[in-house]
Amino acid sequence: MKRDYLPLLLIPVLAAASFPLVGSWSSWVTLSVAGLAMGLMIFIMASGLTLTFGLMDVLNFGHGAFIAVGAFVAASVMLALGAWMGADSLWLNLAAIGLAVLAAMAVSGALGLAFERVIVRPVYGQHLKQILVTTGGLIVAEQLLKVVWGPDQITLTRPAALRGAILLGDVAIEKYRLLAMAIGLAVFAALALTLARTRIGLLIRAGVENGEMVESLGYRIRRLFVGVFVVGSALAGLGGAMWGLYQETVTAAIGAQVIVLVFIVIIIGGLGSVGGCFVGALLVGLTANYIGFLAPKVALGSNILLMALILLWRPQGLYPVAKR
Amino acid sequence: MLKSLLSDDLPKSRWLALLLVAILIGLAVAPFLFPGAKSLNVAARICVFIVLAASFDLLLGYTGIVSFAHTMFFGIGAYGVAIALTRMGPGWDAVAVGVGAGLVLAIALAVLIGLFSLRLRTIFFAMITLAVASAFAILASQLSDLTGGEDGLNYRLPVALRPSFKLFEGFNGRLLDYYIVFFVSLALLLGMLRIVNSPFGSVLMAIRENPFRAEAIGYRTVVYRTLASCIAAAAAALAGALLALWSAQASPDTTLSFDIMVDILLMVVIGGMGTMYGAVVGAVLLVLAQNYLQALLGDRWLLWLGLAFILCVYFFPTGIVGRLRRR
Repeated sequence: MKRDYLPLLLIPVLAAASFPLVGSWSSWVTLSVAGLAMGLMIFIMASGLTLTFGLMDVLNFGHGAFIAVGAFVAASVMLALGAWMGADSLWLNLAAIGLAVLAAMAVSGALGLAFERVIVRPVYGQHLKQILVTTGGLIVAEQLLKVVWGPDQITLTRPAALRGAILLGDVAIEKYRLLAMAIGLAVFAALALTLARTRIGLLIRAGVENGEMVESLGYRIRRLFVGVFVVGSALAGLGGAMWGLYQETVTAAIGAQVIVLVFIVIIIGGLGSVGGCFVGALLVGLTANYIGFLAPKVALGSNILLMALILLWRPQGLYPVAKR
Repeated sequence: MLKSLLSDDLPKSRWLALLLVAILIGLAVAPFLFPGAKSLNVAARICVFIVLAASFDLLLGYTGIVSFAHTMFFGIGAYGVAIALTRMGPGWDAVAVGVGAGLVLAIALAVLIGLFSLRLRTIFFAMITLAVASAFAILASQLSDLTGGEDGLNYRLPVALRPSFKLFEGFNGRLLDYYIVFFVSLALLLGMLRIVNSPFGSVLMAIRENPFRAEAIGYRTVVYRTLASCIAAAAAALAGALLALWSAQASPDTTLSFDIMVDILLMVVIGGMGTMYGAVVGAVLLVLAQNYLQALLGDRWLLWLGLAFILCVYFFPTGIVGRLRRR
């Protein structure tokens, strides 16, 4: 199969085109790093959603609930480990964040399993009901969050070692953004390797292309799907935890806020495509930051505009998945 | 007479008929039966939300498309009237200009979104409308010069609608305002009933059941879906205008927020998709629940309604009205 590199080129083109508009070298680098970090966080949250859609034609409008749960669990763990978070050692800080993130992934993964069983399973293949019932799940989950954590927002402070910025010449780069980029790239690499090099990845890719054929070869695509759904939910939890720490506040509405960006990203990328999701996420992150700097009032509108332009160019998204 | 008024779509169940008559009479004499500012406010909101839910049902229940941008059109209607009354002063000309501008903008946006995404699948439309609606809500709170930002707009209603105005003894401007809301809502509801029971409505239902076949018979599904979303958008904008004309304020929270969208979804699904009467029952139930059940079920009443929503989608896809009609 011929590789299609054209969409990848969009990222450097976008970055280069915005350079003369931003004007100064140092703010351009800062904005680009911020954009990439934001894009990678969105990618983490969006990847599971796009895969479950590709594999089983299920679009989970309740995905935002996993993001919110991840953020809340992580916030609770970090508040409980206050001593480690406040310590002056980078390793203790990272350990606290690591534990918080693991807890967030575990809880949202478990929630994903329950969600799949109770909410999604009875409505396979019926899009209208899927949209309705997963939205219902989102309503219930958001209310449950308020029951457990109370209606108020939780304020988080980043640990000392991750506060502030690193200065490279006259370019300031926030440390937390570097961490977010590292985690995001690691997740992308792990996903890409799993999909490209392992047997499970082969089955998932085959399932996205043609599920019936995979089943007739004797593989249980249902079980595969549950696995992907749970991993996707856990990743949403991871993304939510990181997003909460990035914003330094966690509210029950966090899922609803981010899910809009997530949807834009998977539409841009082409529903079902992980590579497209990656490119789309970076484009959305960069656009949001450049436009946020140049014309703050239209920042969110800019993502809609980006989506409209890309859909005009490729109506099925950047990397359309074959069967659709 | 009754048959033609209801476009030959009779309730077809004694209990449903009784319920609808009770709602109609209750709303018609609400100012005298339940005196007090709060209950009048609840009654007016019920009227507005009946129109809003019915217009959403036209999309969801009859055409089978899910739009999350319905509050956007509602908000456009409300802000149209609000901005016109703020800018031009409290007169009927301002109301006319506001309603007109709101309608034009709502229909134009509906055409734009429809042509862009209705060719694709249901799920695309749902996601794109969600994105557009949230962008619009943010835009409305950002353009604070025009919309008053997060606080929204407070403005004065035309003289005839103020409490101090006396049409005759015992009938003040608020009552006149209520009856305008009531009768316009009733007319809009009957109008939508007419639309869904027309040949056009049958085509919409055919598209809902099987878009592929509908296309094969020779109906351009994109055109019909876009028309349906325009009609729904126009009705939602009118509902918004009524709300603005009633409450003398418009803010993102009361007209554009995702919470309102959730309310509409709950109304239509719990009341019953695919019947206009479902929207009526659902809207009455939910507005009453919002205003009076809070005391009964505690702060988390939405949790119970959310669970009811999920159960409805699984087990009673035709909602309350569907259950009543089966007896």
